[in-house]
Amino acid sequence: MVMEIVCPAGTPASLRAAVKAGAHTVYCGFADETNARNFPGLNFSRFEMREGISFAHDHGVKVLIAINTFARAGSEALWHSAVTDAAACGADAVILADPGLLAYAMRHHPQLRRHLSVQAAAANADIINFYAKSFGIKRVVLPRILSVAEIVDINAQTEVETEVFVFGGLCVMAEGRCSLSSYATGKSPNMNGVCSPASHVEYSESNGMLDARLGGYAIHRVGRGEPAPYPTLCKGCFSAGNKTGYVFEDPVSLNAEELIPQLQKSGVIALKIEGRQRSRSYVAQVVRNFRAAVDALDAGKPMPQGLLASLSEGQAATTGAYKKTWR
Amino acid sequence: MELSVGANQFFWKPEQWAKLYDELATAPIERVVLGELVCSKRLPFYQDRMGQAISTLVDAGKQVSVTSLGLITLKRERKMSAELVEMGVDIEVNDLTMLSYLPENSAFSVGPLVNVYNESTLTWLAGLGATRICLPPELPLASIRILTSVAKDLGVAIEVWGFGRMPLAISGRCYHARLNERTKINCQFACEDDPDGLLVSTLEDQPFLAINGVQTLSDSYACVAHQVEELIEAGVNALRLSPQSSGFSEICHLFRQRIEGEIDGASLAEKARDLGREIRLSDGFVSGVFGAAWSGDPLGND
Repeated sequence: MVMEIVCPAGTPASLRAAVKAGAHTVYCGFADETNARNFPGLNFSRFEMREGISFAHDHGVKVLIAINTFARAGSEALWHSAVTDAAACGADAVILADPGLLAYAMRHHPQLRRHLSVQAAAANADIINFYAKSFGIKRVVLPRILSVAEIVDINAQTEVETEVFVFGGLCVMAEGRCSLSSYATGKSPNMNGVCSPASHVEYSESNGMLDARLGGYAIHRVGRGEPAPYPTLCKGCFSAGNKTGYVFEDPVSLNAEELIPQLQKSGVIALKIEGRQRSRSYVAQVVRNFRAAVDALDAGKPMPQGLLASLSEGQAATTGAYKKTWR
Repeated sequence: MELSVGANQFFWKPEQWAKLYDELATAPIERVVLGELVCSKRLPFYQDRMGQAISTLVDAGKQVSVTSLGLITLKRERKMSAELVEMGVDIEVNDLTMLSYLPENSAFSVGPLVNVYNESTLTWLAGLGATRICLPPELPLASIRILTSVAKDLGVAIEVWGFGRMPLAISGRCYHARLNERTKINCQFACEDDPDGLLVSTLEDQPFLAINGVQTLSDSYACVAHQVEELIEAGVNALRLSPQSSGFSEICHLFRQRIEGEIDGASLAEKARDLGREIRLSDGFVSGVFGAAWSGDPLGND
């Protein structure tokens, strides 16, 4: 079976671009703090969602709605209405992380398919099976801290479908279990759907060097004219002990293209591309390349190599935790 | 309001580890969580001392829980976690995986690494048998108030992170090993050299974070010195204090004095800073600004 390509869409235009470029499935979110890419100008109104799903379904493409932040105490109704509206819009599944919200969705919308978000960081077969038993999840998006060997083990021990990230931004920490961003800025992926938000980024120049700050903390410095990476906290430059460097992770992004055959053998059903904040042309290009790769694999042809290198953030890519030495 | 001591987050020599619990037996605290939270490779070094530590604490009238690992991935870690149940002590769940090993209908506690952000999650955990929940350090007072009120009706006790470097993230990657150009599998226990974590500073030498193996902590020591009355009024049942390598008994005494109204917030903060190590304090998560913020004197003169 051809591996399913799951593509990001931050806007209705990106959704249409992804569908036309050959996506099997598109994922997106409502324009509020219920999803983990709550950026200004991104995401879908209820009307746009309904239209987008209709367009995708007309082309035989599925749409998943990410409602994957953790509901704020006292304001759960916002998250509940997102689940209710996802069902009403005709979503093929919702992607959830919060146990309380999973319980709500199962009770009130039992027919709506539930996927476990990467933000739940379910990192072994026991917890995946526990989520399946508790909330009837049909698919899990695996955290980006697992090796291919561990993914093989998980697939051998669960009936739940597995989806893995293959391209785009790379979380170094177990997803949904990181509050570095709110420590520095007050805004976090879990509570606000943002990490290292642009509203807290400042650039300043002194002595021919360009400093990038997040929440006032200087975490990047480059010479004039050099490309300045976005100051994401876990990819910042710091000092620890007597060393200065990328303590957590280099400013790289994930590209596991070369591992697709291994991932298929490991039993993974779907390949996920990160980047709802990306442009529609980027989305279209990445989707076309990954679709070509899985089609070639399915036809027993050699995989096209290195198609995506130039699209990677800062031009540097890693296969991340899929190779055990990353740890 | 009670005082709980959380699991030691760091990798200490076995003698130093055992000494902490001997001291806590006579400290003015009600409850102790012990065991390995951060890295499964550390446990074998002190595992044989756990039984004695538990007996000492129980004999001294303390409630005792054993923590699960904060991130369970490997087969070995799953086995090790499942075996915790055999210890016959209350378990503090810090990775939801642990729920799959608990006997049905058994009571358990939930630690600060579990994402309890709202009423529904709290209610779900209570339904499974949770009787005590230490909320994630990230939560503001507004959320704490709501959750405490729901918990009260469900018979669940609520703890709030009261003092110590905060657990901000956990990863599959070991940062101590990475810093020493080693892999996790061949880490040679580099984290042992930093019994309170290793400071991570910005490019302007501003203290920011601390690494502790696979864990990332705040540089600053969370300290709710200035919010004790509000937390009592909100119905919080206990403050959680996180062990540090020196002066920890003094921290326990200071918080006891603060709860009893013998000292004020500024005095607690000043004395906590004056324990022989240069530390920075924060309370920005509870006050709802940003985690590293401090509502006391910005110059550290309180």
